[in-house]
Amino acid sequence: MNANQNGNVHIEVRGLEMAYGDFVVMRDLNFKVLHGEVVVIMGGSGCGKSTLLRHLIGLRSPSKGDILYDNESFVQSSEEEKLRKLRSFGVLYQGGALWSSMTLAENIILPLEEYTNLTPSEISDVVSYKLSLVGLAGFEGFYPSEISGGMRKRAGLARAMALDPEILYFDEPSAGLDPISSSRLDDLILQLRDSLGSTVVVVTHELQSIFDIADKAVFLDVEKRTMTAYGNPNDMLRDPPNDNVRRFLTRDSGTD
Amino acid sequence: MDAQAQKAVFTVERAGEKLVLRLSGVWKLGCGLPDIKEIENLPVEGEGYKSITFDTSGIVGWDSGLMTFLIKVLRFCQTNDIQFDQASLSQDLSSLLSLSQAVPEKEGLGEADSRGNYFHRLGKVSIGKYEEMMASVSFVGECFQSVLGLLKGRRPFRWRDFYLVVQEVGFDALPIVALISFLVGLIISFLGAVVLQRFGADVYVSYLVAYGMLREMGALMTGIIMAGRTGAAFAAQIGSMKVTEEIDALRTLGISPIDFIVLPRMLALFLMMPLLSIYAAIIGMFSGMLISNIMMDIAFPIFLNGMKEAVALPDFFLGVFKGTVFGVIVAVSGCLKGMRCGDSADAVGLAATSAVVTGITFIIISNAMIDWVAAIYGM
Ligand SMILES: Nc1ncnc2c1ncn2[C@@H]1O[C@H](COP(=O)(O)OP(=O)(O)OP(=O)(O)O)[C@@H](O)[C@H]1O
Ligand SMILES: [Mg+2]
Repeated sequence: MNANQNGNVHIEVRGLEMAYGDFVVMRDLNFKVLHGEVVVIMGGSGCGKSTLLRHLIGLRSPSKGDILYDNESFVQSSEEEKLRKLRSFGVLYQGGALWSSMTLAENIILPLEEYTNLTPSEISDVVSYKLSLVGLAGFEGFYPSEISGGMRKRAGLARAMALDPEILYFDEPSAGLDPISSSRLDDLILQLRDSLGSTVVVVTHELQSIFDIADKAVFLDVEKRTMTAYGNPNDMLRDPPNDNVRRFLTRDSGTD
Repeated sequence: MDAQAQKAVFTVERAGEKLVLRLSGVWKLGCGLPDIKEIENLPVEGEGYKSITFDTSGIVGWDSGLMTFLIKVLRFCQTNDIQFDQASLSQDLSSLLSLSQAVPEKEGLGEADSRGNYFHRLGKVSIGKYEEMMASVSFVGECFQSVLGLLKGRRPFRWRDFYLVVQEVGFDALPIVALISFLVGLIISFLGAVVLQRFGADVYVSYLVAYGMLREMGALMTGIIMAGRTGAAFAAQIGSMKVTEEIDALRTLGISPIDFIVLPRMLALFLMMPLLSIYAAIIGMFSGMLISNIMMDIAFPIFLNGMKEAVALPDFFLGVFKGTVFGVIVAVSGCLKGMRCGDSADAVGLAATSAVVTGITFIIISNAMIDWVAAIYGM
C-alpha cells in the first residue's frame, strides 16, 4: 500500500502441494513475494500456472502446505478474514470472466458499488477512467458478447483494477493481444506498481514481458512437477539453473 | 505403375546385427495399410539383432498413416530394448517423429474410470452420491441463510435482477401455462362427461373440474411446466457462468454467488408460482365450463352454482400452498444443478437435464405428501 512496506514479505507460499483428486499437479512449492514486487509465474502449457493462481486467491484449498499473506495464514483463516483479504485482490481470469448479463460499465460498477461509498457520478468517472487505461474508452455500454476476445481480456483487466487492489493477479493478460497493446499493458502493470505500490503476480508465456516487467520469476517444471527456479529472469537467462529453464527462456524446443 | 506396386507393403530382412524394414508403396490412411499387428509378430530379442533400420526409398506417398506405423515400431523397440535407427528415416519423417516424442506422455491419466474391480467402482459411485447429497443439503442451508440475511436486511439485494427474473418466470410464462391448463381443464371435463353421464350425475362435472383444478392440476401442471422451462434455464445460465469463471469472479470479489444469483431467482419463483397456479386453475375451470356446456348442455349459471357448493376456501389455499412449494423446488433444483455444474460445455447440458428431472421428481413426491397430510387433517 505505501512505500514503507516495501521490502516486507507480502505473499509467502510454503511447501504447497496442489492436486485435483488423486492427481498431483505440483508439489513442494516455496517462494516469497515482497510488497511492490512484480512476480511472473511461468512454465509450459498445462503445468499448473492457473491452478497455482486459483490456490493463491482461495478458490481451491491446497492438499498440503500453506499460503501466507503478511505473515498470516490464508488457508487456515476464518471465512470472514478470507473475505476481507479477497477485497484487497484484483483478479484477471484467463478467459476474462466478465459477467455476461452486464455491460462493461456495469461489470466495473459492481465492485465499486459493493465496497465504496462513491456517488453515481463519481463511479461513472472511475469507470471511464479505468476503461480508458486499457484502451476501451467509449465501450461502456457494450455487452461482453459484443466485443472481441482480446477486448474482453482488457475489460477484465479494468475490472480487476476497479478497487485499486493491493495485489493484482493476472492470468495471461497479454494472450490474444497484439504486440502494441501487450507492450502498453506491460507499461500499465509497472505504472500500477509504481503509483499504487501494488504487488503484481502475473502468469505469462510472453518472453518479452517476462524480461521487461518481472522482478522475480517462478518456473514450474511440468516434468518434475515442482518449481525448479526462482529469481530474476535476466539472471536466470545469464546463468540458467537448469536446462529446462534455459530452453524455456531461449525458445529452444530441443528437437533439432 | 500398376496397382500392386502402389499398395503399402513392408518386408523384413536381416543384415547381421540389424533388422531392415523395407517400406514401399503409398502409405496413406484409407489406402489399405498393412496390419499394424504384424509389428508385434516381429522376431524379438535373443534372435541376434540389436537394432531396426529403415529403407524408405520405395515409398511414393505418405501421410499420418505412415507416422502411426512408425510410432508403433518405436514403441515396440522401446519395450523390447532394441535400438531404433531414426537416422535411417528421411529428414521429414525423422523430425515429425521427434516432435511427437518431444513431450512425454502424461502418466496416471485416462485409466481413472476403468481402474478397480466391481466393488471398487461401486464404492466410488456410492461415495460420489453421498457427497452429492451432502452438497445439496449444504446448498439448501446456504440458501436458507441467505434468505434470513435478506430478511434481517443485512445483505444487499439485486432488485434489478429480481425484476428481470420475475418477468422471465412470471409474465413470459403466461401463454404456455394458459394453453396447458386450458387443455387440462378440457380433459377433466371430458372425462367427467364420459363417466358421470353413465350415472346421470352430469351436474357434478363442475365439482370434478373445480376440485381437480384448484387442489391438484393447477399447481401440479404449472410446477411441471416451470421445471421444464425455468428450472432448466436456471441450471443452464448458472452452469455456463460457472464454465466461464463468472462465478469465481464473484467469489474472489467477496460477493456470495448465492446472494447474488440464486436469491433473486428463488424469490421470484416463490412469488410468481402461487400466482401462476391460481391463474392456471382459473383457466382450467373456465375451459371445463365451456366443454361441459358444449358436451352436456350444462348452462354456465348451473355450472358456477355447482362449483360454489363444491369447493371452499381451503381448497384454494391448498392449491396456492402447493404452488409455493413447487416454486421453491424448481428454483432450488435449477440453481443447485447449475452451481454443481462441471467445467465444460457438455456439463451445462447435463446440469439442465438433471435440474428438470430432479425438479419434476420432487414436485410429484411432495404433491403426494401434501395430499396425504391434507387427507389426515380432513382438509
Ligand atoms: N478441473 C480440473 N480437474 C482435473 N484436472 C485439472 C482441472 N483443471 C486443470 N487440471 C489439470 O491440471 C493441470 C494444470 O492445469 P492449469 O489449467 O493450471 O494449467 P496452466 O499451466 O494454466 O496451462 P495453460 O498455460 O495452458 O493455461 C493440467 O494438466 C490439467 O490437466
Ligand atoms: Mg492457465
